[in-house]
Amino acid sequence: MHNSSRRGFMGKAFGAVAGVGAVGSLVAMKKTWDPLPSVKAAGFTTLDMTIYPEGELITEKWRGKPIFVLKKTPEMVASQTESQKARDVVVGDSHFMLAIGLCTHLGCIPGYNAAEKSFLCACHGGQFNWAGEVTKVPPPRAFDIPPFKIEGTKIVLGEVGPEYKAMKDSGITL
Amino acid sequence: MAHFTKATSVKDWLNQRLAVEKVEKVMASEYWIPKNINFLWAMGMVLAITFALLLVSGIFLLMYYQPDVKDAFYSVNYTIMRDVDFGWLWRHVHGVAASVVFLVIYIHMFTGIYYGSYKKGREMIWISGMLLFVTFSAEAFSGYMLPWGQMSYWAGMVITNIFSLGGLHMDGLVEWIRGDYVPAQAFLTRFFMLHVLLLPLAIMGLIGLHFAALRIPHVNNQDGEEIDFHAESKKYLAGDKAGSKVMRFANDFMSKDMMVVGIYLIFFFYLVFFQYGFALDPVNFDPADGLKTPAHIYPEWYFLWSYEILRPFSVNIGLIAFGFAQVIFMLLPWLDLSPNAVPASRRGAFNIWFWILLVDMIVLTAMGKLPPEGIFSTIGLVAALLFIILWVALPFITKNEKKA
Ligand code: HEM
Ligand code: FES
Repeated sequence: MHNSSRRGFMGKAFGAVAGVGAVGSLVAMKKTWDPLPSVKAAGFTTLDMTIYPEGELITEKWRGKPIFVLKKTPEMVASQTESQKARDVVVGDSHFMLAIGLCTHLGCIPGYNAAEKSFLCACHGGQFNWAGEVTKVPPPRAFDIPPFKIEGTKIVLGEVGPEYKAMKDSGITL
Repeated sequence: MAHFTKATSVKDWLNQRLAVEKVEKVMASEYWIPKNINFLWAMGMVLAITFALLLVSGIFLLMYYQPDVKDAFYSVNYTIMRDVDFGWLWRHVHGVAASVVFLVIYIHMFTGIYYGSYKKGREMIWISGMLLFVTFSAEAFSGYMLPWGQMSYWAGMVITNIFSLGGLHMDGLVEWIRGDYVPAQAFLTRFFMLHVLLLPLAIMGLIGLHFAALRIPHVNNQDGEEIDFHAESKKYLAGDKAGSKVMRFANDFMSKDMMVVGIYLIFFFYLVFFQYGFALDPVNFDPADGLKTPAHIYPEWYFLWSYEILRPFSVNIGLIAFGFAQVIFMLLPWLDLSPNAVPASRRGAFNIWFWILLVDMIVLTAMGKLPPEGIFSTIGLVAALLFIILWVALPFITKNEKKA
């Protein structure tokens, strides 16, 4: 009787020590897999927005991801719907489609067809229009817009400016 | 205290310390196998041998492979393929074995389904087998990352993105798995670790569990007959070898197993020397480029059927269908409500179910390889829906099955 309660106590004491150890190890293991500070810090790219030709898709790079920049033609600007206007990035008097060039389905890079002014994702057949909106599933939403800040005729990717914050708050981008 | 005597032979010396004779009996000469089985029962041994081939070729690849995003591609495609004497041999053996192992796993699985070898005490064999299937899939995927070619990179991108779980937007989880915003150095090194250490360890443990699970129920037989292994083995040991329904695993059944393994190995090395191309995707001979998706990406053939179940739907439904396909085989012993553990050919509606499932998975595999356009999209969608309907229908089909 005396013995068994003593063993019971030892069992529980060991359980407590092992439990603390297990939780601690899991935390350490989780944190070891987090992105390194150097990866997180190297995250800003400045784009000079005066150099882009109209109606042509240019791909830039930010945090290892492709960034689509498309300076819209006057016809495109004139024909924009309300939802397309909401995604419009305006620098000076130029209008841009600015987006992360990864399909919102599973992350392939959709190809731009200049003649049809639309994107086709070869991976699972998703399609987007020149404003970045989905025209054929499986992608669940329009292209994501990277955090940006307008500074004169330049744009800094990775910093949050008021225009981006407004888009984020109204749910236009994630 | 244990008492040791002066050994009369090396065997006796070992016997006193390790009971080798006893172990040999338990594991081999008195491990009983029914006589009424066919070559399909050799697939387990074929899998074990293929795993050994993967292990040995992998060890040699490991001596020159460099898990660094700058060097990985060249260490595989130049150092191993051109500089190292016979380096190409290890790479071809490894690639061909990784592909063929899935063909044999599928044959092994469908044999189990056909003969009902997943019920009446064989549930743990089935579950450990499915866990092997899952770990093998993870092993194949992590290995595919290592050459760091275009297919490695984009397969890594797409498959890790699945963990954002669609509408749940768990992008933080995806970045955690990658250790970066996109697949990069941290991603390559951790998948390297998984491929060469953690997953092979898990596979070896699971093979042990799979074999242990076979011990008590023993393997099934061509008629699903319930054999009294105790009585039949007594008969055998008493000298009535012809009248007994069982035989020794070694050397009697083993010799037959090894005959099949021999034929398999001839076929296997024919592939290694003359037809290795199917196991090495040409697109993966371009180095990884995060700014350019290949025109047409698709997984290796053995993942195509489940990929095709993901593809035709919008993202959330696709992910649910895909998740369904991943777990549903595991539940087979509980979805088949019939107590009959006999070949499908004697089970009426279940027989039809079995063959439709097999053909449907072949159709899904074929459509997964084709671009998702036009008629192929439609066939893929129908086949994906049929797959789901089949599994939902299974309990109803088997519920009223007559006693066979
Ligand atoms: C590398 C992986 C695997 C190895 C090395 C392996 C090995 C074996 C061996 C040696 C046997 C006994 C001989 C035979 O009946 O063929 C066996 C039986 C069995 N395995 Fe596997 N197996 C593997 C994967 C799987 C998978 C993926 C499944 C499917 C879920 C599975 C399901 C079964 C079943 C149901 C049996 C019993 C067959 C019967 O009783 O007739 N195994 N396995
Ligand atoms: S990744 Fe673009 S459609 Fe799937």
